[in-house]
Amino acid sequence: MGLADYFRDRSRSGSAHVAKERLQIIVSHERAQRGGPDYLPTLREELLEVVRRYVTVDQEAVRVKLDRHEDRETLELNITLPDRSS
Amino acid sequence: MSKIVVVTSGKGGVGKTTTAAAIAAGLAREGQRTVVVDFDVGLRNLDLVLGCERRVVYDFVNVIQGDARLHQALIKDKRVDGLAILPASQTRDKDALTDEGVAQILDALREEFDYVICDSPAGIERGAHLASYHADEAIVVANPEVSSVRDSDRVLGLLASRTRRAELNEEPVKEHLLLSRYDPVRVEKGEMLSVDDVQEILAVDLLGVIPESQAVLNASNAGMPVILDEDSDAGQAYADVVTRFLGGERPHRFLAVERKGIFGRMFGG
Repeated sequence: MGLADYFRDRSRSGSAHVAKERLQIIVSHERAQRGGPDYLPTLREELLEVVRRYVTVDQEAVRVKLDRHEDRETLELNITLPDRSS
Repeated sequence: MSKIVVVTSGKGGVGKTTTAAAIAAGLAREGQRTVVVDFDVGLRNLDLVLGCERRVVYDFVNVIQGDARLHQALIKDKRVDGLAILPASQTRDKDALTDEGVAQILDALREEFDYVICDSPAGIERGAHLASYHADEAIVVANPEVSSVRDSDRVLGLLASRTRRAELNEEPVKEHLLLSRYDPVRVEKGEMLSVDDVQEILAVDLLGVIPESQAVLNASNAGMPVILDEDSDAGQAYADVVTRFLGGERPHRFLAVERKGIFGRMFGG
């Protein structure tokens, strides 16, 4: 590695860029969830429980998403059922 | 117009109390009547950092409960004119600070001071909520480190939604970022998040950067706000912060590695 490469790579060689990438992902994820009503996680758990009475699904099968538009909010429920074959 | 300013962070140990003490002393030195209020009930420490721990007779909770008048609890700083401190209580009762009590005392302090600086406890529980609730402006202290930056973002979210201004639909709390314990050598090596990285993630106005400095420990050992150590890098950085906070302009300093001359390198300076 030449001298120029040494200087160019210095900022990538440390761990700071990993920290930045991880932060950008988690912060944007948490911002998206922010401001929603506090009952969303409980709602999701209870829905999961009901669905599981009838079909075997895993933790990620129920997704609850709150979208905000100008003057109304929509609550989107997405339940993924398993393949019949499996 | 008096202002209530909260110094907050979410994460503990990032420099909230050091910052609250330094900025309060700096504002008073600029001729602003300033009081700094310790909200960390049960873990009082602002008195130690300001060197007045032996002068505490009454505290915040005594005043709320009517056992003392506000003026009996306020301690006047002996070094800086116009600076007072209201110490936290050491009670273990977490509910000792009531909503109405805090509101009343802050209103009374507004009457007499230009700036009321609220030193928030760590976390996002009751004490931290009360310290932020009445704020007009917020100074969010962060270190260039993943957990601190994430917690700062969380705190910024709470400032935008759970404060008096947010609830009354008033103009939002004015947010400032103060990055402390900054080490330009490690930033240059790519081992530490840079001030640009942190600003890009948090997207808040940068009030200042305080370098990692031995002066901070020296000052707290002596019970002196570090801003009074005018020869130190941290003291000067805080002085710049106060100037900017009051609307003045100062370039950001201590961001780059100091290049030693050939003699410095030879003799290891």
